[in-house]
Amino acid sequence: MGASHAGAQVAASLRQEGWDGEVVLVGDEAALPYQRPPLSKAYLVGRSSREELAIRKTEFYAKQEIRLVRATVTSIDRAAGCVVTSEGETLAYDGLALCTGGRARRLFLPGSDLPGIHYLRTFADVETIRESALPGRHAVIIGGGYIGLETAASLRALGLEVTVLEAAERVLERVTAPEVSTFYERVHREAGVDIRTRALVESLVGDLRVREAILAGGERIPTDLVIVGVGLVPSTELAVDAGLEVEDGIVIDDHARTSDGRIVAAGDCASHRMARYDRLVRLESVPSAAEQAKTAAATLCGRERPIAALPWFWSDQYDLKLQIAGLNTGYDEVVINGDPAGDRDFSCYYLQRGRLIAADCVNRPRDFVWAKQALSKGLEVDREQLEDLVAS
Amino acid sequence: MSVVTFISHDGEKHEAPLEDGESLMQIAVSNMVPGIDGDCGGEAACGTCHVIVDDSWADAVGRATSVEEEMLAMNPEREPTSRLSCQMTMSENCDGLVVRLPEFQM
Repeated sequence: MGASHAGAQVAASLRQEGWDGEVVLVGDEAALPYQRPPLSKAYLVGRSSREELAIRKTEFYAKQEIRLVRATVTSIDRAAGCVVTSEGETLAYDGLALCTGGRARRLFLPGSDLPGIHYLRTFADVETIRESALPGRHAVIIGGGYIGLETAASLRALGLEVTVLEAAERVLERVTAPEVSTFYERVHREAGVDIRTRALVESLVGDLRVREAILAGGERIPTDLVIVGVGLVPSTELAVDAGLEVEDGIVIDDHARTSDGRIVAAGDCASHRMARYDRLVRLESVPSAAEQAKTAAATLCGRERPIAALPWFWSDQYDLKLQIAGLNTGYDEVVINGDPAGDRDFSCYYLQRGRLIAADCVNRPRDFVWAKQALSKGLEVDREQLEDLVAS
Repeated sequence: MSVVTFISHDGEKHEAPLEDGESLMQIAVSNMVPGIDGDCGGEAACGTCHVIVDDSWADAVGRATSVEEEMLAMNPEREPTSRLSCQMTMSENCDGLVVRLPEFQM
Protein backbone atom coordinates (compact mmCIF):
# COMPACT_ATOMS: atom_id res chain seq x y z
CA MET A 1 0.00 0.00 0.00
CA GLY A 2 1.51 3.27 -1.16
CA ALA A 3 3.48 3.60 -4.38
CA SER A 4 6.26 6.02 -3.60
CA HIS A 5 9.90 5.39 -2.64
CA ALA A 6 9.16 2.81 0.07
CA GLY A 7 6.37 0.97 -1.76
CA ALA A 8 8.26 0.78 -5.02
CA GLN A 9 11.35 -0.51 -3.22
CA VAL A 10 9.38 -3.16 -1.35
CA ALA A 11 7.94 -4.39 -4.65
CA ALA A 12 11.35 -4.51 -6.36
CA SER A 13 13.06 -6.06 -3.35
CA LEU A 14 10.37 -8.75 -3.07
CA ARG A 15 11.34 -9.92 -6.53
CA GLN A 16 15.02 -9.66 -5.68
CA GLU A 17 14.42 -11.79 -2.58
CA GLY A 18 12.66 -14.38 -4.71
CA TRP A 19 8.98 -13.76 -3.93
CA ASP A 20 7.27 -15.71 -6.71
CA GLY A 21 3.67 -14.90 -5.89
CA GLU A 22 1.64 -11.96 -7.06
CA VAL A 23 2.86 -8.46 -6.19
CA VAL A 24 0.32 -5.63 -6.25
CA LEU A 25 1.39 -2.02 -5.73
CA VAL A 26 -1.51 0.26 -4.86
CA GLY A 27 -1.01 4.02 -5.17
CA ASP A 28 -3.30 7.00 -5.60
CA GLU A 29 -1.25 8.98 -8.14
CA ALA A 30 -1.41 8.54 -11.91
CA ALA A 31 2.37 8.62 -12.38
CA LEU A 32 4.72 5.69 -11.92
CA PRO A 33 6.53 5.79 -8.56
CA TYR A 34 8.82 8.80 -8.74
CA GLN A 35 11.66 10.58 -6.98
CA ARG A 36 10.16 13.09 -4.60
CA PRO A 37 13.23 15.03 -3.40
CA PRO A 38 13.64 16.84 -6.76
CA LEU A 39 10.10 18.22 -6.52
CA SER A 40 11.25 21.34 -4.67
CA LYS A 41 14.41 21.57 -6.78
CA ALA A 42 14.93 20.34 -10.35
CA TYR A 43 11.25 19.71 -11.04
CA LEU A 44 10.12 23.07 -9.71
CA VAL A 45 12.60 24.95 -11.90
CA GLY A 46 11.66 22.81 -14.90
CA ARG A 47 15.04 21.11 -15.21
CA SER A 48 13.62 17.59 -15.13
CA SER A 49 10.53 15.94 -16.50
CA ARG A 50 8.04 13.46 -15.06
CA GLU A 51 9.63 10.71 -17.17
CA GLU A 52 13.11 11.48 -15.90
CA LEU A 53 11.97 11.31 -12.30
CA ALA A 54 10.33 7.89 -12.55
CA ILE A 55 12.28 5.62 -10.20
CA ARG A 56 11.84 2.80 -12.72
CA LYS A 57 10.15 2.65 -16.08
CA THR A 58 6.87 0.98 -17.04
CA GLU A 59 8.72 -1.98 -18.58
CA PHE A 60 10.31 -2.79 -15.24
CA TYR A 61 6.97 -3.36 -13.55
CA ALA A 62 5.72 -5.39 -16.52
CA LYS A 63 8.84 -7.53 -16.63
CA GLN A 64 8.85 -8.13 -12.88
CA GLU A 65 5.11 -8.82 -12.91
CA ILE A 66 4.35 -6.10 -10.42
CA ARG A 67 0.76 -5.04 -10.89
CA LEU A 68 0.18 -1.31 -10.44
CA VAL A 69 -3.26 -0.38 -9.16
CA ARG A 70 -4.35 3.22 -9.05
CA ALA A 71 -6.58 3.52 -6.02
CA THR A 72 -6.51 4.20 -2.33
CA VAL A 73 -7.01 1.48 0.21
CA THR A 74 -10.12 2.18 2.25
CA SER A 75 -9.84 -0.59 4.83
CA ILE A 76 -7.67 -3.43 6.04
CA ASP A 77 -9.27 -6.64 7.28
CA ARG A 78 -6.53 -8.42 9.19
CA ALA A 79 -8.68 -11.37 10.19
CA ALA A 80 -9.65 -12.09 6.59
CA GLY A 81 -6.22 -11.06 5.24
CA CYS A 82 -7.43 -8.60 2.66
CA VAL A 83 -7.71 -4.91 1.85
CA VAL A 84 -10.50 -3.09 0.03
CA THR A 85 -9.73 -0.30 -2.42
CA SER A 86 -11.58 2.87 -3.32
CA GLU A 87 -12.39 1.17 -6.65
CA GLY A 88 -14.26 -1.54 -4.79
CA GLU A 89 -11.63 -4.20 -5.41
CA THR A 90 -10.81 -6.66 -2.64
CA LEU A 91 -7.17 -7.74 -2.59
CA ALA A 92 -6.26 -10.75 -0.52
CA TYR A 93 -2.76 -10.86 0.92
CA ASP A 94 -0.21 -13.24 2.38
CA GLY A 95 1.89 -10.25 3.33
CA LEU A 96 1.01 -6.59 3.49
CA ALA A 97 3.41 -3.63 3.38
CA LEU A 98 2.16 -0.28 4.65
CA CYS A 99 4.07 2.42 2.79
CA THR A 100 1.45 5.11 3.06
CA GLY A 101 3.88 7.96 3.61
CA GLY A 102 2.36 11.20 4.69
CA ARG A 103 0.80 14.42 3.54
CA ALA A 104 1.80 18.03 3.89
CA ARG A 105 0.63 19.48 7.19
CA ARG A 106 -2.21 21.89 6.50
CA LEU A 107 -2.35 25.41 7.77
CA PHE A 108 -5.58 26.39 9.50
CA LEU A 109 -5.76 30.17 9.58
CA PRO A 110 -8.31 32.71 8.45
CA GLY A 111 -7.91 32.75 4.68
CA SER A 112 -5.82 29.61 4.45
CA ASP A 113 -8.21 28.08 1.93
CA LEU A 114 -7.86 30.92 -0.59
CA PRO A 115 -6.77 30.03 -4.12
CA GLY A 116 -3.04 30.62 -4.59
CA ILE A 117 -2.03 28.82 -1.41
CA HIS A 118 -0.02 25.73 -2.21
CA TYR A 119 1.53 22.70 -0.58
CA LEU A 120 4.39 20.73 -2.07
CA ARG A 121 4.30 16.97 -2.00
CA THR A 122 3.34 15.70 -5.46
CA PHE A 123 3.95 16.27 -9.17
CA ALA A 124 0.51 17.87 -9.38
CA ASP A 125 1.29 20.29 -6.52
CA VAL A 126 4.46 21.48 -8.24
CA GLU A 127 2.83 21.80 -11.64
CA THR A 128 0.20 24.09 -10.12
CA ILE A 129 2.89 26.15 -8.41
CA ARG A 130 4.84 26.43 -11.67
CA GLU A 131 1.84 27.91 -13.49
CA SER A 132 1.82 30.90 -11.18
CA ALA A 133 5.55 31.12 -10.44
CA LEU A 134 6.32 33.76 -13.06
CA PRO A 135 9.35 36.07 -12.99
CA GLY A 136 8.76 39.25 -11.02
CA ARG A 137 5.95 37.82 -8.95
CA HIS A 138 6.17 37.73 -5.20
CA ALA A 139 6.03 34.43 -3.35
CA VAL A 140 5.60 34.01 0.37
CA ILE A 141 6.86 30.77 1.84
CA ILE A 142 5.50 29.80 5.22
CA GLY A 143 8.01 27.64 7.04
CA GLY A 144 11.80 27.85 7.08
CA GLY A 145 12.53 24.13 7.05
CA TYR A 146 14.24 22.21 4.26
CA ILE A 147 11.23 22.25 1.93
CA GLY A 148 10.68 25.96 2.47
CA LEU A 149 14.33 26.87 1.92
CA GLU A 150 14.78 24.61 -1.11
CA THR A 151 11.65 26.11 -2.60
CA ALA A 152 12.92 29.62 -1.89
CA ALA A 153 16.15 28.86 -3.77
CA SER A 154 14.22 27.40 -6.71
CA LEU A 155 11.81 30.32 -6.92
CA ARG A 156 14.71 32.79 -6.87
CA ALA A 157 16.20 30.87 -9.78
CA LEU A 158 12.87 31.34 -11.58
CA GLY A 159 13.12 35.10 -10.98
CA LEU A 160 10.55 35.59 -8.27
CA GLU A 161 10.75 37.85 -5.25
CA VAL A 162 10.68 35.57 -2.24
CA THR A 163 9.85 36.07 1.42
CA VAL A 164 10.27 33.22 3.91
CA LEU A 165 8.23 33.46 7.09
CA GLU A 166 9.52 31.32 9.93
CA ALA A 167 7.71 31.33 13.26
CA ALA A 168 10.72 30.15 15.26
CA GLU A 169 13.79 32.18 16.19
CA ARG A 170 15.79 30.80 13.29
CA VAL A 171 15.35 28.71 10.17
CA LEU A 172 15.93 24.94 10.46
CA GLU A 173 15.58 25.34 14.21
CA ARG A 174 14.34 21.82 14.87
CA VAL A 175 17.07 20.13 12.86
CA THR A 176 20.36 22.01 13.02
CA ALA A 177 22.70 23.98 15.29
CA PRO A 178 22.39 27.80 15.39
CA GLU A 179 25.63 28.10 13.36
CA VAL A 180 24.05 26.18 10.48
CA SER A 181 20.82 28.18 10.67
CA THR A 182 22.79 31.43 10.59
CA PHE A 183 24.69 30.20 7.56
CA TYR A 184 21.52 29.41 5.62
CA GLU A 185 19.91 32.70 6.61
CA ARG A 186 22.98 34.49 5.27
CA VAL A 187 23.17 32.68 1.93
CA HIS A 188 19.46 33.14 1.31
CA ARG A 189 19.69 36.84 2.12
CA GLU A 190 22.67 37.14 -0.20
CA ALA A 191 20.54 35.53 -2.90
CA GLY A 192 17.89 38.18 -2.34
CA VAL A 193 15.44 36.20 -0.22
CA ASP A 194 13.72 38.16 2.52
CA ILE A 195 14.05 35.80 5.49
CA ARG A 196 11.86 36.73 8.45
CA THR A 197 12.20 34.81 11.67
CA ARG A 198 9.80 35.04 14.62
CA ALA A 199 7.28 35.83 11.92
CA LEU A 200 3.94 34.38 12.89
CA VAL A 201 1.31 34.46 10.19
CA GLU A 202 -2.05 35.44 11.61
CA SER A 203 -4.13 35.38 8.48
CA LEU A 204 -4.09 35.36 4.71
CA VAL A 205 -6.31 37.75 2.83
CA GLY A 206 -7.30 38.24 -0.78
CA ASP A 207 -10.14 38.33 -3.23
CA LEU A 208 -10.21 35.76 -6.00
CA ARG A 209 -6.82 34.62 -4.76
CA VAL A 210 -4.43 35.28 -1.92
CA ARG A 211 -2.99 38.83 -1.92
CA GLU A 212 -1.42 39.40 1.48
CA ALA A 213 -0.02 37.57 4.46
CA ILE A 214 -0.75 39.37 7.71
CA LEU A 215 1.69 38.85 10.56
CA ALA A 216 1.02 38.97 14.27
CA GLY A 217 1.81 42.61 15.00
CA GLY A 218 -0.05 43.75 11.93
CA GLU A 219 2.58 43.85 9.19
CA ARG A 220 1.10 43.07 5.78
CA ILE A 221 3.22 41.28 3.19
CA PRO A 222 1.91 41.47 -0.36
CA THR A 223 2.03 38.22 -2.29
CA ASP A 224 0.99 36.51 -5.50
CA LEU A 225 1.35 32.99 -4.23
CA VAL A 226 1.91 31.28 -0.91
CA ILE A 227 3.70 27.98 -0.40
CA VAL A 228 3.28 26.24 2.92
CA GLY A 229 6.07 23.97 4.15
CA VAL A 230 5.31 23.28 7.79
CA GLY A 231 5.97 19.59 8.01
CA LEU A 232 4.42 16.27 7.26
CA VAL A 233 1.60 14.31 8.84
CA PRO A 234 2.16 10.56 8.56
CA SER A 235 -0.73 8.66 7.01
CA THR A 236 -1.53 6.14 9.69
CA GLU A 237 -5.34 6.20 9.83
CA LEU A 238 -5.81 2.79 8.19
CA ALA A 239 -3.26 1.26 10.53
CA VAL A 240 -5.04 2.77 13.52
CA ASP A 241 -8.39 1.51 12.25
CA ALA A 242 -6.88 -1.94 11.79
CA GLY A 243 -5.77 -1.92 15.42
CA LEU A 244 -2.03 -1.81 14.75
CA GLU A 245 0.27 -0.10 17.24
CA VAL A 246 0.78 3.49 16.16
CA GLU A 247 2.88 6.06 17.94
CA ASP A 248 3.33 9.07 15.68
CA GLY A 249 4.03 6.51 12.93
CA ILE A 250 3.19 2.84 12.56
CA VAL A 251 5.45 1.12 15.06
CA ILE A 252 7.94 -1.32 13.52
CA ASP A 253 10.74 -3.44 14.93
CA ASP A 254 14.20 -4.05 13.44
CA HIS A 255 12.57 -6.33 10.84
CA ALA A 256 10.08 -3.66 9.74
CA ARG A 257 7.35 -5.77 11.30
CA THR A 258 4.31 -4.04 12.77
CA SER A 259 2.40 -5.44 15.73
CA ASP A 260 0.87 -7.91 13.21
CA GLY A 261 3.43 -10.46 11.99
CA ARG A 262 1.99 -10.49 8.46
CA ILE A 263 2.15 -6.73 8.10
CA VAL A 264 5.31 -4.69 7.60
CA ALA A 265 5.69 -0.94 7.23
CA ALA A 266 8.35 1.34 5.76
CA GLY A 267 9.03 4.98 5.01
CA ASP A 268 7.63 8.25 6.32
CA CYS A 269 4.64 6.48 7.93
CA ALA A 270 6.78 4.20 10.11
CA SER A 271 8.16 4.71 13.61
CA HIS A 272 11.12 2.45 14.14
CA ARG A 273 12.37 1.50 17.57
CA MET A 274 16.05 2.08 16.87
CA ALA A 275 18.58 0.46 19.16
CA ARG A 276 21.10 3.08 18.02
CA TYR A 277 19.03 5.84 19.59
CA ASP A 278 17.13 3.80 22.15
CA ARG A 279 13.78 5.28 21.15
CA LEU A 280 11.11 5.34 18.48
CA VAL A 281 12.26 7.35 15.49
CA ARG A 282 10.11 8.35 12.53
CA LEU A 283 12.39 9.47 9.72
CA GLU A 284 11.35 11.40 6.66
CA SER A 285 14.07 10.50 4.22
CA VAL A 286 14.50 8.54 1.02
CA PRO A 287 17.54 6.54 2.20
CA SER A 288 15.68 5.47 5.30
CA ALA A 289 12.57 4.54 3.29
CA ALA A 290 14.77 2.43 1.00
CA GLU A 291 16.54 0.74 3.90
CA GLN A 292 13.30 -0.09 5.73
CA ALA A 293 11.68 -1.25 2.48
CA LYS A 294 14.50 -3.70 1.74
CA THR A 295 14.12 -5.11 5.22
CA ALA A 296 10.33 -5.24 4.89
CA ALA A 297 10.62 -7.26 1.69
CA ALA A 298 13.16 -9.64 3.22
CA THR A 299 10.92 -10.15 6.23
CA LEU A 300 7.94 -10.97 4.02
CA CYS A 301 10.13 -13.55 2.28
CA GLY A 302 11.10 -15.07 5.61
CA ARG A 303 14.67 -13.78 5.53
CA GLU A 304 16.63 -11.93 8.18
CA ARG A 305 17.83 -8.49 7.15
CA PRO A 306 17.56 -6.12 10.10
CA ILE A 307 17.35 -2.38 9.51
CA ALA A 308 20.87 -1.23 10.21
CA ALA A 309 21.85 1.75 8.09
CA LEU A 310 22.73 5.03 9.73
CA PRO A 311 20.08 7.69 9.03
CA TRP A 312 21.31 10.31 6.62
CA PHE A 313 19.80 13.16 4.63
CA TRP A 314 20.67 15.71 2.01
CA SER A 315 19.39 19.08 0.86
CA ASP A 316 20.37 21.09 -2.22
CA GLN A 317 19.99 24.86 -2.23
CA TYR A 318 21.71 27.10 -4.80
CA ASP A 319 25.24 25.75 -5.22
CA LEU A 320 25.16 24.21 -1.75
CA LYS A 321 25.01 20.52 -1.13
CA LEU A 322 24.19 19.77 2.47
CA GLN A 323 24.75 16.19 3.56
CA ILE A 324 23.77 15.08 7.03
CA ALA A 325 25.03 11.94 8.73
CA GLY A 326 23.23 10.66 11.81
CA LEU A 327 20.65 12.30 14.08
CA ASN A 328 21.83 15.18 16.25
CA THR A 329 19.03 14.89 18.80
CA GLY A 330 20.42 15.41 22.27
CA TYR A 331 23.71 17.01 21.22
CA ASP A 332 25.38 19.21 23.82
CA GLU A 333 28.17 20.84 21.81
CA VAL A 334 29.38 21.33 18.27
CA VAL A 335 32.76 21.50 16.57
CA ILE A 336 32.85 23.58 13.40
CA ASN A 337 35.31 22.91 10.60
CA GLY A 338 35.54 25.92 8.29
CA ASP A 339 34.00 29.36 8.35
CA PRO A 340 30.21 29.32 8.03
CA ALA A 341 30.08 33.08 8.53
CA GLY A 342 32.15 33.82 5.44
CA ASP A 343 32.53 30.76 3.20
CA ARG A 344 30.23 28.42 1.34
CA ASP A 345 31.62 25.20 2.71
CA PHE A 346 32.00 23.94 6.27
CA SER A 347 31.11 21.03 8.50
CA CYS A 348 29.32 21.08 11.81
CA TYR A 349 30.00 18.05 14.02
CA TYR A 350 27.57 17.30 16.82
CA LEU A 351 28.76 15.76 20.04
CA GLN A 352 26.95 14.30 22.97
CA ARG A 353 28.90 13.82 26.20
CA GLY A 354 32.09 14.27 24.22
CA ARG A 355 31.31 11.76 21.45
CA LEU A 356 30.45 12.41 17.81
CA ILE A 357 26.78 11.62 17.05
CA ALA A 358 26.05 13.49 13.80
CA ALA A 359 27.45 15.87 11.20
CA ASP A 360 26.05 18.52 8.87
CA CYS A 361 28.42 18.98 5.94
CA VAL A 362 27.95 21.80 3.44
CA ASN A 363 29.86 21.32 0.19
CA ARG A 364 32.16 18.98 2.06
CA PRO A 365 31.39 15.48 0.75
CA ARG A 366 34.68 14.23 2.12
CA ASP A 367 33.78 15.18 5.68
CA PHE A 368 30.34 13.68 5.20
CA VAL A 369 31.67 10.36 3.98
CA TRP A 370 34.15 10.24 6.83
CA ALA A 371 31.47 11.00 9.45
CA LYS A 372 29.00 8.58 7.92
CA GLN A 373 31.54 5.79 7.95
CA ALA A 374 32.75 6.53 11.46
CA LEU A 375 29.18 6.62 12.80
CA SER A 376 28.06 3.58 10.81
CA LYS A 377 30.93 1.54 12.17
CA GLY A 378 30.20 2.74 15.68
CA LEU A 379 33.67 4.26 16.04
CA GLU A 380 33.95 6.44 19.09
CA VAL A 381 35.19 9.83 17.97
CA ASP A 382 35.86 12.35 20.70
CA ARG A 383 36.32 16.09 20.72
CA GLU A 384 40.09 15.92 20.62
CA GLN A 385 40.14 13.67 17.54
CA LEU A 386 37.68 15.99 15.83
CA GLU A 387 39.76 19.02 16.61
CA ASP A 388 42.86 17.28 15.27
CA LEU A 389 40.93 16.50 12.13
CA VAL A 390 39.78 20.08 11.82
CA ALA A 391 43.32 21.36 12.33
CA SER A 392 44.83 19.00 9.75
CA MET B 1 21.28 -5.37 -28.34
CA SER B 2 23.92 -3.31 -26.59
CA VAL B 3 24.78 -4.46 -23.11
CA VAL B 4 26.76 -3.47 -20.06
CA THR B 5 28.10 -5.98 -17.56
CA PHE B 6 28.27 -5.64 -13.79
CA ILE B 7 30.52 -8.06 -11.94
CA SER B 8 29.68 -8.48 -8.28
CA HIS B 9 32.34 -8.66 -5.60
CA ASP B 10 32.15 -12.46 -5.58
CA GLY B 11 32.46 -12.68 -9.33
CA GLU B 12 28.84 -13.04 -10.43
CA LYS B 13 28.07 -11.42 -13.79
CA HIS B 14 24.94 -9.37 -14.46
CA GLU B 15 24.30 -8.22 -17.98
CA ALA B 16 21.87 -5.40 -18.57
CA PRO B 17 20.62 -3.81 -21.78
CA LEU B 18 22.22 -0.44 -22.44
CA GLU B 19 19.78 2.45 -22.66
CA ASP B 20 21.14 5.39 -24.59
CA GLY B 21 21.11 8.56 -22.46
CA GLU B 22 20.49 6.82 -19.15
CA SER B 23 22.94 6.77 -16.30
CA LEU B 24 24.68 3.51 -15.50
CA MET B 25 23.07 3.65 -12.04
CA GLN B 26 19.60 3.90 -13.61
CA ILE B 27 20.33 0.89 -15.78
CA ALA B 28 21.47 -1.08 -12.74
CA VAL B 29 18.39 -0.11 -10.72
CA SER B 30 16.02 -0.86 -13.62
CA ASN B 31 17.55 -4.30 -13.95
CA MET B 32 17.79 -5.01 -10.23
CA VAL B 33 21.53 -5.47 -10.30
CA PRO B 34 22.35 -6.39 -6.70
CA GLY B 35 24.92 -4.17 -5.01
CA ILE B 36 23.90 -0.85 -6.54
CA ASP B 37 21.52 1.15 -4.42
CA GLY B 38 21.41 4.66 -5.86
CA ASP B 39 19.64 5.92 -2.75
CA CYS B 40 19.81 9.60 -3.66
CA GLY B 41 18.38 9.11 -7.12
CA GLY B 42 21.44 10.34 -8.98
CA GLU B 43 22.53 13.47 -7.11
CA ALA B 44 26.02 12.18 -6.28
CA ALA B 45 25.00 12.68 -2.66
CA CYS B 46 25.06 9.18 -1.24
CA GLY B 47 27.91 7.22 -2.78
CA THR B 48 25.84 4.01 -2.96
CA CYS B 49 26.36 3.44 -6.69
CA HIS B 50 30.12 3.04 -6.61
CA VAL B 51 31.54 0.97 -9.48
CA ILE B 52 35.09 0.19 -10.55
CA VAL B 53 35.47 0.55 -14.27
CA ASP B 54 37.39 -2.17 -16.09
CA ASP B 55 40.84 -0.82 -16.98
CA SER B 56 40.26 -1.28 -20.69
CA TRP B 57 37.26 1.05 -20.47
CA ALA B 58 38.69 3.67 -18.14
CA ASP B 59 39.67 6.14 -20.83
CA ALA B 60 36.53 5.67 -22.91
CA VAL B 61 34.11 6.46 -20.06
CA GLY B 62 36.31 9.09 -18.45
CA ARG B 63 37.57 9.58 -14.93
CA ALA B 64 35.69 10.63 -11.83
CA THR B 65 34.58 14.26 -11.70
CA SER B 66 35.57 16.41 -8.75
CA VAL B 67 32.33 15.73 -6.85
CA GLU B 68 32.82 12.02 -7.33
CA GLU B 69 36.44 12.35 -6.22
CA GLU B 70 35.29 13.99 -3.01
CA MET B 71 32.63 11.34 -2.38
CA LEU B 72 35.03 8.48 -3.09
CA ALA B 73 38.11 9.87 -1.36
CA MET B 74 37.40 8.28 2.02
CA ASN B 75 36.11 5.02 0.59
CA PRO B 76 38.36 2.09 1.55
CA GLU B 77 37.40 0.18 -1.62
CA ARG B 78 38.24 3.07 -3.88
CA GLU B 79 40.42 2.25 -6.92
CA PRO B 80 41.96 4.47 -9.60
CA THR B 81 39.07 3.79 -11.99
CA SER B 82 36.31 4.15 -9.39
CA ARG B 83 33.25 6.13 -10.43
CA LEU B 84 29.79 6.89 -9.13
CA SER B 85 27.64 5.21 -11.75
CA CYS B 86 24.91 7.88 -11.42
CA GLN B 87 27.37 10.31 -13.01
CA MET B 88 28.07 8.08 -16.02
CA THR B 89 25.70 8.74 -18.90
CA MET B 90 25.56 5.82 -21.26
CA SER B 91 25.73 6.03 -25.04
CA GLU B 92 25.98 3.42 -27.78
CA ASN B 93 29.76 3.79 -27.51
CA CYS B 94 29.52 2.07 -24.14
CA ASP B 95 28.31 -1.22 -25.63
CA GLY B 96 30.28 -3.96 -23.89
CA LEU B 97 31.28 -1.86 -20.88
CA VAL B 98 32.37 -3.91 -17.89
CA VAL B 99 32.38 -2.60 -14.33
CA ARG B 100 33.08 -4.32 -11.03
CA LEU B 101 31.14 -3.68 -7.83
CA PRO B 102 32.75 -3.12 -4.44
CA GLU B 103 32.00 -5.45 -1.55
CA PHE B 104 30.11 -2.75 0.32
CA GLN B 105 28.35 0.39 -0.81
CA MET B 106 28.68 3.43 1.43
